[in-house]
Amino acid sequence: MDKPLTGNFRADKEAVSLAEYERSGGYQGLRKAMLMAPAEVIELVKRSNLRGRGGAGFPTGMKWSFVPLGKDAPHPKYLVANADEMEPGTFKDRALMERDPHQLIEGMIVAAYAIEADIGYIFLRGEYECSYERLARAIAEAQASNYLGRNILGSGYNLAIHLHASAGRYICGEETALLNALEGKRAHPRTKPPFPQISGLWGKPTVVQNVETLCNVHHIVNHGTDWFRGLSRTQDGGTKLYGASGKVKRPGLWELPMGTPLREILEEHAGGMRNGLHFRGVLPGGASTDFLVEEHLDTPMDYEHVQRAGSRLGTGTMIVLDDQTCPVGMVWNLEHFFAQESCGWCTPCWSGLAWTEKILYAMEQGKGSARDLETLTFQTKFLAPGNTFCALAPGAVEPLQSALKYFADDFRRHVDEQRCPWRR
Amino acid sequence: MLTTEERREIETKLGDYPNKQAMSIESMLIVQRNRGWVSEESLRDISELLGLSVADLDGVATFYNLIRRKPVGRHVALVCDSVSCWIMGCDRVRDRLCSSLGTTLGGTTADGRFTLLPIVCLGACDHAPAVMIDGKLYEDVDERRIEEVVAQYE
Repeated sequence: MDKPLTGNFRADKEAVSLAEYERSGGYQGLRKAMLMAPAEVIELVKRSNLRGRGGAGFPTGMKWSFVPLGKDAPHPKYLVANADEMEPGTFKDRALMERDPHQLIEGMIVAAYAIEADIGYIFLRGEYECSYERLARAIAEAQASNYLGRNILGSGYNLAIHLHASAGRYICGEETALLNALEGKRAHPRTKPPFPQISGLWGKPTVVQNVETLCNVHHIVNHGTDWFRGLSRTQDGGTKLYGASGKVKRPGLWELPMGTPLREILEEHAGGMRNGLHFRGVLPGGASTDFLVEEHLDTPMDYEHVQRAGSRLGTGTMIVLDDQTCPVGMVWNLEHFFAQESCGWCTPCWSGLAWTEKILYAMEQGKGSARDLETLTFQTKFLAPGNTFCALAPGAVEPLQSALKYFADDFRRHVDEQRCPWRR
Repeated sequence: MLTTEERREIETKLGDYPNKQAMSIESMLIVQRNRGWVSEESLRDISELLGLSVADLDGVATFYNLIRRKPVGRHVALVCDSVSCWIMGCDRVRDRLCSSLGTTLGGTTADGRFTLLPIVCLGACDHAPAVMIDGKLYEDVDERRIEEVVAQYE
């Protein structure tokens, strides 16, 4: 099976060199894109049905089509690679950047060309030091080979790409908060509209796109939309980097056809549960997704099917809950994270998540009450989409609302027994 | 005073952005890489270089997890406490680190050797629990291994 994103990965985990990358067909997608008009590249990406791999799954080509093109468009225009990856349980973009950095660079150049961007930024997690070094080297190599800079490959197109290290806050992954962070401000989200494609960085048209999404772009140009759609087992085009962590036998990261069933990923690739443990549930796409349980194991892992099962594909990197781990403790850990990372811009999120976290902590300490269960349920509604400024709090209550549904007995036992039943 | 190297690094990076404010965070990170933390004096120096007020810079500094406004030890250990690491026993790793170094999470050892800080998701969930020391990632650590790891740091 074709593995366009990880096929070049070296066994020694070193970065693919520019020479190796070129030998495997690297920068051919860029050469082809340069022979097309920018609007044609956008149309091709639209037809491929590529959807954003950062979590929201918005159609990529459509996002680009909102950017003003042509001689009357405002400049400079910007393309930003969202390489923040702070969603707990998610570890896919780091692998792409560390092991095949030119792939991201090529994807960015093609995407930037399509929207006629002048400048690209890679907004990178501060802790990803290895990614920083390898991307910096790849940018320099791409410049030296005229894939970047002025008059790229003789096309007349100019592009600079800069690396920007983040100083760390989960909210930086939200596209408008990321723009504020890049401008050197507190990373509070911005009101939409205007959307960044019209008024983004410094008020100019900007596209913010996840790393894995960008890594697909030049492959689509190089091999065509039929090839890309053929990689998938379902309607959503392409492959997907799926990952699993928790007490499975072989935690890891795999590039598989989009729509690979959950059971196949967990049993064949992750090797099933560790000896003596049983599967209880899974957060299918990072910390801000709803739990799926045994009845959902045959769900094809794509945007539509996971949504129909009551969750989100999210980042596609799943966190597995076993029967020896306390689900209340796990949700407490998640809400602790979200409460701490709330940017404080809006009160429901800032205050509501801190309250939620305190209740769950008390419950884990054997100090929960029946009324707390009502309050937690209330919070999942109070912090639902539409009640807060951005998607942080609605995402934060996704694991909680599904845990209250699927693990209701576990919550009740904490209250009835005034202790955590898992704590010895 | 900013060193010549710090000033040069900040001024070089300024070319990546259309205005000086965009360098506020990166300037503090550059200083921190050299000194371990960002003091009041450093904030003043950066504010003069970038033409921003100290209050503006402080507002940014206090927002971000990785900017430290207090001195740290010779080595900084970031202990991941996110969900995958929690499932795999990061609490035990943290407790062992605290007891063997004789400090608490957020604290610095009396001899100034280590500062222990919590961190969210190091992106090593398939090799949890994970700890990062001075930028180097240690994966699949447990109580015994973490003792061996910290022993390498003087």
